[in-house]
Amino acid sequence: MSRDVAIVAFAQSDHRRHTDDLSEVEMVMPVLHDVQRQTGLKASDIGFTCSGSSDYLAGRAFSFTMALDGVGAWPPISESHVETDGAWALYEAWVKLLTGEADTALVYSYGKSSPGSVRDVLTRQLDPYYLAPLWPDSVALAALQAQALVDAGDTDEPALAAIAARSREDARTNPHAQLPGARPQGAYAVQPLRTGDCPPIGDGAAAVILAVGDRARELCERPAWIRGMDHRIEAHSLGVRDLTDSPSTRLAAERAGAFERPVDTAEIHAPFTSQEVVLKKALGLDTGVTINPSGGALAANPVMAAGLIRLGEAAARIHRGESDRALAHATSGPCLQQNLVAVLEGEPRA
Amino acid sequence: MTVTEPPEALRAPLVVEFPFTRSLGPVQSAFLTGLRERTVLGVRTEAGAVLVPPVEYDPATAAELRELVEVAATGTVTTWAWNPEPRPGQPLSTPFAWVLVRLDGADTALLHALDAPGPDAVRTGLRVRIRWAAERAGAITDIACFEPYESTAGNETTAHDGRFEDPVTGIVAPARLDYTYSPGRAQTRYLQGLAERRTVGERCPSCAKVYVPPRGACPTCGVATTDRVEVGPRGTVTTFCIVNIKAKNLDIEVPYVYAHIALDGAGLALHGRIAGIPYDQVRMGLRVEPVWSEDGRYPDHYRPTGEPDADYDTYKELL
Ligand SMILES: [Zn+2]
Repeated sequence: MSRDVAIVAFAQSDHRRHTDDLSEVEMVMPVLHDVQRQTGLKASDIGFTCSGSSDYLAGRAFSFTMALDGVGAWPPISESHVETDGAWALYEAWVKLLTGEADTALVYSYGKSSPGSVRDVLTRQLDPYYLAPLWPDSVALAALQAQALVDAGDTDEPALAAIAARSREDARTNPHAQLPGARPQGAYAVQPLRTGDCPPIGDGAAAVILAVGDRARELCERPAWIRGMDHRIEAHSLGVRDLTDSPSTRLAAERAGAFERPVDTAEIHAPFTSQEVVLKKALGLDTGVTINPSGGALAANPVMAAGLIRLGEAAARIHRGESDRALAHATSGPCLQQNLVAVLEGEPRA
Repeated sequence: MTVTEPPEALRAPLVVEFPFTRSLGPVQSAFLTGLRERTVLGVRTEAGAVLVPPVEYDPATAAELRELVEVAATGTVTTWAWNPEPRPGQPLSTPFAWVLVRLDGADTALLHALDAPGPDAVRTGLRVRIRWAAERAGAITDIACFEPYESTAGNETTAHDGRFEDPVTGIVAPARLDYTYSPGRAQTRYLQGLAERRTVGERCPSCAKVYVPPRGACPTCGVATTDRVEVGPRGTVTTFCIVNIKAKNLDIEVPYVYAHIALDGAGLALHGRIAGIPYDQVRMGLRVEPVWSEDGRYPDHYRPTGEPDADYDTYKELL
């Protein structure tokens, strides 16, 4: 049995440096209500719910259980959670719908980075024997990758600055972006990366609704059909990998069918300018492709939601008729360790 | 219902500390024990490559790897990044370069810090050597850092059986993360109420249930709760347990009673300790009231009010 699954609604919060006035559920709830309103679905109408988040950001165990209060979980719902970016929650929901166990799914994710120091927090995801005791932070690891790219002749500082400028200029039309518009490249955070090459630290949430076949057509005028989706991982040890390439992204894209026909839009999850260089190469994106028209992670990077937002932004462009075939990418882990690629299509227009 | 200006968000420091104790497999044990003895070991794959730091399974083929070899303490920088502001826990407290170093004899690179006067003194291809920590315990930090060292690159390795006296079989990986906790709108109001010795819940506009403590959402309806409702101070024990194990750092004699208490007007029970009555006389339906300690910001415990017990039907939905 083959079932067509589509993203039929997408919503996100305004991404902000601090949200002290909001608990996680208070931040998530308006976003959940937004996708429910777009589709007319209530919690009790939804077949499966899956979320993504991380306890390390909040510093509290089982923090997702409190955010779940925003869903409306009574009568009992079918629910799951991934301790990573919500893009992987979407993958789980997609599989659930493909199996025929549900016809609709709600996927949401959120991250509040403001309570802690996200650079330090992310060191705790590293190999605990050889890396974590050294506390190499996320910017430092991205900078090692950037220098490898510079040494390989794949980029230079002006080219990285141009990526930063393009992203933040594009974010001017994104009302949710944290950093819309020009921003100085600034001093070196960790050389060769300047502050402008790094993503903003902020809090935010996102949600999408998935539906199958005719149900999707009822809920959305132009559903964004998921034509393929795949995720792959690379060796944990950075010193084993060629940091200038991302074979896992390329393989995931191939398995998702990304190379069968050209895409017109690519929402790629590159928190650092240098990572866009790696991903463009891995995905073979040429000048005919609109890359991150939302501004991407350089304009808003709520950790654990930024990948799901790439899928949502790509789908929303199809919903609006601005794209016919889009690629969406999400990443997790240091230096693009884990990568997910989805291919989304709208039905041909008359 | 009272409508007031949204309160200033509360904030408080929150420290999460955890000492993870981890056991080592045969390869990691040999590698980390070797560092203690100023010996760097790698592991050879079936294809002949030498991985440093070594792993127990080939990242390419998943084959089990056990063939250890000793490599040099000198090597070549394969990529680097200048860190102008070291962060807590990092290997050096003065500005340094993060480096990936391929040690002579190895085919992969090790991440560590390089002590150098400035970024101009660092480049890919720089020759370096290990600076050993004065005191070594069998951990990656036994390498204090790398330092520039002009020498000729080699690729000699020698076989090593991985055996040392008194091998290290585990590590303790301490971690501390500092947060600033802010509880959000609903819980801020709840905590401010407690400071005035009042218990304030929030009512769901959809199902009318009153949540104490409020979290800002009705988990049943999935909507925001915004109407503030003062509940209690008296309440009813809905269920309880008798605690016979003395908790560390808790100055309460056992046995004592921990109970679910439905405060009058609340739509669900919160929990608290019952005192002022022998532990074996606590019962479902017992009417209780809070006892605030002198400087406490929440009730220290609940005690019987002396009222007749509540009828089961009045609290059966709150069990
Ligand atoms: Zn309700």
